[in-house]
Amino acid sequence: MSARQITLEVLRYRPESESEPVFQTYTVPCEKEWVVLDALNYVKDHLDRSLSYRWSCHMAVCGSCGMVINGDPMLSCKAFLRDLPDHIRVEPLNNFPIERDLVVVLDDFMDKLKSVKPYLIPRQPAPEAGGTYRQSAAQLKKFKPFTMCINCLACYSVCPQYGLNEGFAGPAALALAHRYNTDSRDQGRRAREDVVASNTGIWECTFVGACSEVCPKDVDPAAAIQQTKIASTMDYFKDLLMPRKNGKGGNGKQAAGNNR
Amino acid sequence: MTNRPYVRPMPASWWLRQGRYVRYMIREATCLFIGLHALVLLLGVYRLTQGRDAFDAFLAALWGPAGQVMSAVILLMAAVHSVTWFNLTPKAMPLWIGDAKAPGWVIVGAHYAGWFVVSAAVLFLAGGAS
Ligand code: SF4
Ligand code: FES
Repeated sequence: MSARQITLEVLRYRPESESEPVFQTYTVPCEKEWVVLDALNYVKDHLDRSLSYRWSCHMAVCGSCGMVINGDPMLSCKAFLRDLPDHIRVEPLNNFPIERDLVVVLDDFMDKLKSVKPYLIPRQPAPEAGGTYRQSAAQLKKFKPFTMCINCLACYSVCPQYGLNEGFAGPAALALAHRYNTDSRDQGRRAREDVVASNTGIWECTFVGACSEVCPKDVDPAAAIQQTKIASTMDYFKDLLMPRKNGKGGNGKQAAGNNR
Repeated sequence: MTNRPYVRPMPASWWLRQGRYVRYMIREATCLFIGLHALVLLLGVYRLTQGRDAFDAFLAALWGPAGQVMSAVILLMAAVHSVTWFNLTPKAMPLWIGDAKAPGWVIVGAHYAGWFVVSAAVLFLAGGAS
């Protein structure tokens, strides 16, 4: 099989020797079935051992290989060379500080992920004697797509609101909050609303919709956020009509609309 | 290992970088024309309070060449505004029929139907009043 010559233009940043990132070009003999990650691995194995990038599974499940390829964020292990031109530009994810080469700093996202309480806050007491929570297939179907996120951060890379205001919780974290909020076993919506239904949560989103266009897992974070806006607005009016006794409805700090 | 993360600045022209951002900005900008139309209507009400002559002059201006061009532009922008937002409605309000998700066109179609009914009602009332 004859190898196809691909020109890989990779954004490099070596903090010990460079004050800002520069492009470096490699010519890589590629096989037909390769993905961009294979080309990067070829560079690392044969041309330049100093190149840094993240990857692990090579099968679109771990989410660690997200990078910007010819302008769009994607999983480099899912970016087939047969779908790309001979000249490929590879950059680290946008809207994140660059640690080194294609590796970005993820701390901000990790904090945000934690802040939305991305775990079941179950109804008490447990409905079954053994402490298990029943869920029908229909109930699962309502939120299943929102469980598919692999934290690849393609959505943050393409979200202008996150780029302009790094306080914004961002698409994946809010989609995950929605995933738990709509889980029939969960009752944590009120516990999440301080973060989720705030100026730096759903109300920072202006429905650009780019996140859903680039998500490699069809999570549709834009849909999750708009649906949360509606639920949160309902909460606000409910609180207005019937203030909660021990909740936050009574002390003037309410769900959504008044934060705008 | 040096730890000196590099932050790439976001230029004011960020929205020119990708077609999807330009389309988003156009969608957002159409609301300015909706606002302009609201101001024109308010001006009409204000001129009405000043008496018949004032209101007739307002109507004459609206039907003049500049007024017609303005109305045509507003109509076009209002159409772009409505169509782009209607197309987004399935994301914001998914419709579950039993445990199946209704296809997007049902939700979008319902919005167009509502638009048509309201427009027809307004036209009917406006026609009946003259
Ligand atoms: S929502 Fe999609 S694009 Fe965003 S991190 Fe999750 S899998 Fe990646
Ligand atoms: S290497 Fe795991 S998603 Fe690409």
